[in-house]
Amino acid sequence: MSTAFSAAKFTSPPFPLRSHDKPLFDPLKIPNATSPFLGSTRKIRRSSSTKLNLHRRSGTVVAVSDVVKEKKSKSTSSLLITKEEGLELYEDMVLGRAFEDMCAQMYYRGKMFGFVHLYNGQEAVSTGFIKLLKQQDSVVSTYRDHVHALSKGVPARAVMSELFGKTTGCCRGQGGSMHMFSSEHNLLGGFAFIGEGIPVATGAAFTSKYKREVLKEADCDHVTLAFFGDGTCNNGQFFECLNMAALWKLPIVFVVENNLWAIGMSHLRATSDPQIYKKGPAFGMPGIHVDGMDVLKVREVAKEAIARARRGEGPTLVECETYRFRGHSLADPDELRDPAEKAHYAARDPITALKKYLIENSLASEAELKAIDKKIDEVVEDAVEFADESPLPSRSQLLENVFADPKGFGIGPDGRYRCEDPKFTEGTAHV
Amino acid sequence: MLAIIRQTVSNGASRNRPAFYASRSYSAAVKEMTVREALNSALDEEMSADPKVFLIGEEVGEYQGAYKISKGLLEKYGLERVRDTPITEAGFAGIGVGAAYYGLRPVVEFMTFNFSMQAIDHIINSAAKSNYMSAGQLSVPIVFRGPNGAAAGVGAQHSQCYASWYGSCPGLKVLVPYSSEDARGLLKAAIRDPDPVVFLENELLYGESFPVSEEALDSEFCLPIGKAKIEREGKDVTIIAFSKMVGYALKAADMLAKEAISVEVINLRSIRPLDRATINASVRKTNRLVTVEEGFPQNGVGAEICASVVEESFGFLDAPVERIAAADVPMPYAANLERMAVPQVEDMVRAAKRTCYRSV
Repeated sequence: MSTAFSAAKFTSPPFPLRSHDKPLFDPLKIPNATSPFLGSTRKIRRSSSTKLNLHRRSGTVVAVSDVVKEKKSKSTSSLLITKEEGLELYEDMVLGRAFEDMCAQMYYRGKMFGFVHLYNGQEAVSTGFIKLLKQQDSVVSTYRDHVHALSKGVPARAVMSELFGKTTGCCRGQGGSMHMFSSEHNLLGGFAFIGEGIPVATGAAFTSKYKREVLKEADCDHVTLAFFGDGTCNNGQFFECLNMAALWKLPIVFVVENNLWAIGMSHLRATSDPQIYKKGPAFGMPGIHVDGMDVLKVREVAKEAIARARRGEGPTLVECETYRFRGHSLADPDELRDPAEKAHYAARDPITALKKYLIENSLASEAELKAIDKKIDEVVEDAVEFADESPLPSRSQLLENVFADPKGFGIGPDGRYRCEDPKFTEGTAHV
Repeated sequence: MLAIIRQTVSNGASRNRPAFYASRSYSAAVKEMTVREALNSALDEEMSADPKVFLIGEEVGEYQGAYKISKGLLEKYGLERVRDTPITEAGFAGIGVGAAYYGLRPVVEFMTFNFSMQAIDHIINSAAKSNYMSAGQLSVPIVFRGPNGAAAGVGAQHSQCYASWYGSCPGLKVLVPYSSEDARGLLKAAIRDPDPVVFLENELLYGESFPVSEEALDSEFCLPIGKAKIEREGKDVTIIAFSKMVGYALKAADMLAKEAISVEVINLRSIRPLDRATINASVRKTNRLVTVEEGFPQNGVGAEICASVVEESFGFLDAPVERIAAADVPMPYAANLERMAVPQVEDMVRAAKRTCYRSV
């Protein structure tokens, strides 16, 4: 087998759970790895409610890259983002929030139906990661995918029409809320089964490596992000893919949006060891934990993880501690969550936090941010109008697109079997 | 090329060729090939023609294939294109789908299709349904292949036939080759096809040897998907079978010929799309139908054929349709029980006689 490390490294827990000053155990033992990012732990969360620590975890371990600390002390400006970046992040998060709020309204008015899962409160994760990607990088998501689609660049109009089930939607109304696909923006869905997107994302990363190594497209360095939740981290497919991604050093980042709740099942009730980031080193990749309510922190971690994947050093597991303000879906009465917990996280709303940061550091004025708010409101209103006015799919659309090969028999446009056409076998090598 | 039926002049040395096999005409110089060799050569040719084709599965590389189907491919094409995987069906089936989204052409091997149940989420939900859910944006040119159905004495968890399970799902193409020519032509067509294909082979057929024509040996040879083959023409009763059961049906046809019943044997080759045209044309000709399958009877392939015939050719039926399937039990282990649980040639002979209102 092609593994580079011996089993002996993993017999004891890789590192203790308190903060340290130097980078620790490097599970990958990569000879040429210079980044101290791998496997290091630092305590950087300033203060958190002790009451909540009882709910979450026994230790206050936070792991963010050493790179962040170094950068902050070396660069001339002490800010993590420029004004343009800040406004871009703000706009993206506000778009996500406004869009989801509008979805709720439309659902209760009957325009949207079925299962709709809203992303309120988790915007920092989507924005923090996806805004660092190129167009050709891929994103694979779960059923909570509206905001991932928006961050990746799918127009709000297309997403809203898809939710209304109209033919102008990004999947012509055939996918729905849980199945957003866009080949143009490399959004690969949109999967309803939890854990289903993870192997698909691993396959997309596999393709990127295959293209570089076998098809010799030397500049192919596309990265894939797989987003999934805390409940998924107990599913078999998750572990299978952590193993294979690390084994084959695939350019993928596994992003856990740990919002503590899988419908009504608390993460702590469902998981033997609730600290998900620890599962990374068990498979030979770095496991990072980050405060998912702070878009800047997420962005810093994301930068390093994505860069690592692009360099060909393999996967990373990033656990983002976040929270969803609404229920699991619009049909969920959300009775099991403690109002105090909700209030605690509502106070850490990522949008308000970023707004505060931008204003305090004089990156933007109140007026500019309000203008963005207004612009987004208009975009969302326009999306709703567009969706409302779009037509429903025609009857003939029911049977379309089952197969890529239109009649499903390998019959070409001339009515004959394609395989009988000499061109079908063009390029057949003689072995 | 196949119209004349002649007894083979068998050379005693060829142990592999089943004694009954007599339905081809060929010149003395025709080559014989086992199904294993046929699959291997098809994979070899497709991998050399298109660098995007790769093989992924358990034991496909260094072990040369759990059933030696991928023998020699690792040396030829290297580690990246012939991937040994850990025991993670769900994981690597999903990886195949993700790769297929981006235009690679994975051939995912399941050691047997029983293990595909661990990956069935990906075969159905992410491979079969993706083209529809994305309204044509993402097609999945993937092939899932492996042995299907009963082997010899492998017990209940290794013997199920999945033709009807996969055959009921829109978005999949399901192929069931019988002879070496079927295996070669259909696998090549499956790999070139832009849609997900479930390719159900049969372990006991791997070692069987069939004559192959020059045309089938050509590296451009492909068979159409969705078209059944009339293995043997007849007038009195139609027997429809697929995979290993075709061999049994041909044997039954020989036995029935001695009793002056002329049997038409149809090799389905494709469960989805089902070649209803050929099935119905044959029933309209012979007016009697026996369907044979190795899977469980309820909701099986025979049920679908029967429904299709009743819908389209009811007036042409002279007798009720006889449906032969496995016994409605998980496969037992004891050799005699196993024999009773799987259709045998005698069952087909009796069924055909029943449709002809002959005493059995």
